[in-house]
Amino acid sequence: MPFEIPAPPAGEPTWPYELYKLLKDEGVTQFSYVPDAGHKVLINLSLADPDVHSIPLTSEEEGVAMAAGAHLGGQKHVLLMQSSGAGNCINMLSLPRLGKFPFLTILSMRGDYGEGNPWQMPMGKSVQPVLEACDVMCLKVESADEVLSAVSAGLTMAFQSQESVAVLLGQKMLGAKKFG
Amino acid sequence: MSDFVLDRREAIPKLIENAEDYLIVTGLAGTARDIAHLCGAESANYYTMAGAMGGAVSMGLGLALAQPNKRVLVVTGDGELLMNVGALACVAVMNPANFGIICVDNGHYGETGNQVSHTGHVTDLGVMASGAGIKQVRTVKEEGDIADAAAMVKGGNATFFVHLKVNDGPPASVKRSLDANYTKTVFRKALLGEA
Repeated sequence: MPFEIPAPPAGEPTWPYELYKLLKDEGVTQFSYVPDAGHKVLINLSLADPDVHSIPLTSEEEGVAMAAGAHLGGQKHVLLMQSSGAGNCINMLSLPRLGKFPFLTILSMRGDYGEGNPWQMPMGKSVQPVLEACDVMCLKVESADEVLSAVSAGLTMAFQSQESVAVLLGQKMLGAKKFG
Repeated sequence: MSDFVLDRREAIPKLIENAEDYLIVTGLAGTARDIAHLCGAESANYYTMAGAMGGAVSMGLGLALAQPNKRVLVVTGDGELLMNVGALACVAVMNPANFGIICVDNGHYGETGNQVSHTGHVTDLGVMASGAGIKQVRTVKEEGDIADAAAMVKGGNATFFVHLKVNDGPPASVKRSLDANYTKTVFRKALLGEA
């Protein structure tokens, strides 16, 4: 029995469920993450799904190296992280860059539109320029109706063109977490 | 430093009796040379690094999950492992039966001037592996410890960690490609039949 993705509860955004379906349909079988509220649904679906590996990391850079290892073995890996995790990945991004390993990460932004925690602001503002300096193409998503097309584009560029791609889910869409 | 006596060039081939039985990912520097020499230039069952320090265990884990019917080994040094030692916790949680780590611990940063590493002072990576939750851990620090650890490597029915303590003598001398894309392609062609 293949895993059946549950229907989104009434009143909740549907895009995380549709996004999980897209990733599964495109053959992603390894989901690694450092937990983040913005990825809660995706993480929980991957944990509930016996057909995929759901991998809790201690640091985001582990996911960059795991993705390369998954490709060596013929599987597709997606790294889910918060924007603050981008800084932990810098040196490890040498691996997909030099080896032309496919790399796709989906980042939920903090330190972005409407942020109330000043500690999130430095990395929030640095994510995109820092990733781009490491040759990672960034696709910023600001509304729910853009998520699937952006991730679909990212999947193609990563797994067909051997690029490193980050889809940034902005707080304009996710909503800023209440803080303080 | 009295535990660091074994010669890596002798101990590693005894621990990994038949290198062709495994897919092997190594860290940078010494362990890359150890394994490139052990497997031989004509083999395509290993992937070595010369950078991306701290990534070997995670890369091996990704490979092990993708290839559950192959035995996957990570061979890496103390400095490389210490850089991302949290990866051991990730390995312990996933606990793939086809996966093992051999840490070649010489207590030094051999590539950068042979500075004493944390393990050369006080840190015990075998204890850290156990603490991370890896159930099968062996420490090898003298000739008599090798057979039992080699049997565990060969038996391979659970995630394991071998803490191999060696002196700070040189690894095997070998020429290897530093082209990460080329070596990836060679590895994938041999394993998957595609680039």
